[in-house]
Amino acid sequence: MPNTKYGLTKRFHFLNKYFQNGLSSLHQNTPRLREILCVLVEMAAQPSDTLATLKTESETLKTKLEEERAKLHDVELHQVAEKIEALGQFVMKTRRALKGHGNKVLCLDWCKDKRRIVSSSQDGKVIVWDAFTTNKEHAVTMPCTWVMACAYAPSGCAVACGGLDNKCSVYPLSLDKNENLAAKKKSVAMHTNYLSACCFTNSDMQILTSSGDGTCALWDVESGQMLQSFHGHAADVLCLDLAPSETGNTFVSGVGTDISRNVYLKTSLITCKQCRLYDLRADREVAIYSKESIIFGASSVDFSLSGRLLFGGYNDYTINVWDVLKGTRVSILFGHENRVSTLRVSPDGTAFCSGSWDHTLRIWA
Amino acid sequence: MTINTLSQDGVQRQQMSCLTKMERMVISMQDPDMGIKLRNQRLLITVIPHAMTGADIVEWLIKKCSISDEEALHIGQIFVKYGYIYPLKEPRNLILKVDDSPYRFQMPYYWMSTRWPASELDYAIYLAKKNIRKQGELIEYEKECYNALHKRINHTWDFVVMQAREQLRASKQRRKADRIVLKCQEQAYWLVNRPPPGTLDSIDHGPERRTMNTRVQLNAEFYKKEIEHNRISLARNRVKSSICLESYVKYCEQYQPHDPIMQGCLPSIPWITDDIMFWNMNCETVAVPTKLRVERWSFSFMELLNDPMGRKEFLTYLKKEFSAENLCFWQACEDVRHGETSKIPEKVDEVYKQFLTPGASRWVNIDSKTMEKTLEGLKRPHRFVLDDAQMHIYFLMKKDSYPRYLKSDLYKNLFARAIVPQETKKSVFPFMRRQRHSSPSPALATQAAEDDGKAKNSNSFKSNSGTASRR
Repeated sequence: MPNTKYGLTKRFHFLNKYFQNGLSSLHQNTPRLREILCVLVEMAAQPSDTLATLKTESETLKTKLEEERAKLHDVELHQVAEKIEALGQFVMKTRRALKGHGNKVLCLDWCKDKRRIVSSSQDGKVIVWDAFTTNKEHAVTMPCTWVMACAYAPSGCAVACGGLDNKCSVYPLSLDKNENLAAKKKSVAMHTNYLSACCFTNSDMQILTSSGDGTCALWDVESGQMLQSFHGHAADVLCLDLAPSETGNTFVSGVGTDISRNVYLKTSLITCKQCRLYDLRADREVAIYSKESIIFGASSVDFSLSGRLLFGGYNDYTINVWDVLKGTRVSILFGHENRVSTLRVSPDGTAFCSGSWDHTLRIWA
Repeated sequence: MTINTLSQDGVQRQQMSCLTKMERMVISMQDPDMGIKLRNQRLLITVIPHAMTGADIVEWLIKKCSISDEEALHIGQIFVKYGYIYPLKEPRNLILKVDDSPYRFQMPYYWMSTRWPASELDYAIYLAKKNIRKQGELIEYEKECYNALHKRINHTWDFVVMQAREQLRASKQRRKADRIVLKCQEQAYWLVNRPPPGTLDSIDHGPERRTMNTRVQLNAEFYKKEIEHNRISLARNRVKSSICLESYVKYCEQYQPHDPIMQGCLPSIPWITDDIMFWNMNCETVAVPTKLRVERWSFSFMELLNDPMGRKEFLTYLKKEFSAENLCFWQACEDVRHGETSKIPEKVDEVYKQFLTPGASRWVNIDSKTMEKTLEGLKRPHRFVLDDAQMHIYFLMKKDSYPRYLKSDLYKNLFARAIVPQETKKSVFPFMRRQRHSSPSPALATQAAEDDGKAKNSNSFKSNSGTASRR
């Protein structure tokens, strides 16, 4: 801003002159003193970099980043995938329909035993199912509606859930029919906005949460204390996915609607309206999965065990199955009568479960 | 309870991308050359111009997007549900029928993107018109809405009635065909925006969320964050695309035989055949593992450690090599990292006594620098104090013991003994469903253990076969 600079320089000279003449002259000149003080305050308040310089710096860095990325971008995914056989016909059907929620199903998670599922819905109910027999084993009523996040503990002994109450609570699963699960509830996480996702790390003792307040946090279940906090997002964090690696745990969080970290540990998938594949080692987007006939965006994604297939639950009530390497759609699955809000592949990869706003969950295999 | 009270603006923006795509398609449908052929459709005694049949729509979609019948019908339904196409025969039923039932394109004036959200005033005028036209024509829920609106916007009610009367008078001067069309258009619009109770609300979108699309203030603070973020990104190590993608392809190929959804599994996928043999044969305590399972241990060291049976086998091998303390140390460190915070000091102390004290019974061989650093950190034990030592031992095992284990007789013999399950015989009566056996809840297993007073590894659980089914 040249004008201000000029103005500032002029005043600086004026100030300088006074200092050269010695401070004694200032005492005799109180109006001048006031003016000097005003200038000093103004100088202090003036940021050292102007907005324009910051903007140009940010943009030069961005261009440099793009250049660096482009240098290593020597091949496209579909080129590498040319030599692979295309997948044949894919037939997947609904094998189980879990009915029992009174309102939209918002989230689901599998138990490590490969057959149990916990699901949460808009009416505040969290249900634990044995999906194989379709029996309901436990039910909890949360004190809030829109329970957007739920997770099964690795041991299978507890579930965590949360939503509009801004908290993540852990409920130990008791098999005593007469016991009210809500009695043993433990409040673990506290955010300043709604809880969008939660998951246990390697054990029952720690939970990772993401929230509409733009942060993620790691909590100790036993004490309810925050162990680590993660900032950086400019919008509501809607999803996270965890993958233990050799050197510790890393997780990916996103402001798109869902994230799934490929078991391969090196790529992750983000969906905002379209499904996109992002390779973390190459640090760039490697594929977009879209089709002219798919108008609505995906709300939830997950990979099959080998990472070859990608299942996406969409807002147009369908599930699209993509060939990750070739970038083509392998199959479209109909069945839900409202949008698919959540989708997870089972721990051993034998099936996947989808939860929808039509109050049901479906197991596909 | 807090929700971000985002303006209607923000939510509309979320919807916009889908609506724009839909509208683009609708426009191409109406293209005079490439679009759907419109003709006059007969509706009872009137002839409606510029209409098409349900079958036309589906056919056009199949041709344009090269998709199946089912998918084309599904997409067509979406257009009807969102009010871009409306039916003439049964106007209250927003469904696409693949026959010669007539349909028409909705006027852009009534499109979702132009008039959303629907204003209360307009709805009041619409209901008033209906009421005036034929007394008692309002359906139950409409009557309720009408009364509620009357109470709510009572101050403008004269205006509402006046507008309604004006619009009715203007419409009387039109031809019958036009009148029917206008009536249908308006009705379709209101069916979408004020759905009757019990029907699907197509424009329901859940609680409002602050997305990246909301206007961010482009101030100094924002740019400073961007600069920081970009600097960090630049400093990251990047790998060539070809290397990354090739290794991803290799990974997919390696795991494909293990992916039940892609290749099926033996004996069978439990969800399809209702036979849980697959789970029984792969549980932790099985006597003889399957070949695929043992093969998987050779893919990576993490695979071996993640499988409890693999870990046990590896421990047996290490015992023979007199280096079992490495694995035990690693496991103890994992326990510290992921266990209860209150038990950390005592656990770390245990680890120190058993593994790190010079002359300890199970002393682990860590290099002096790491040992020094760890011992220093032990003065103030925290969750991650043993990380460096654990990493060192982990990589030691990975580089040294693990490859040797894979070449050892122990592993090879196990692999030879491992079974390939037989495919489940298809039942003689295919329509008869097998009994679906339930399994004890994992919560039960640990509860029983607690009752016995035994400390149980929280990661293990049993799943028994042959339990009487609970229905």
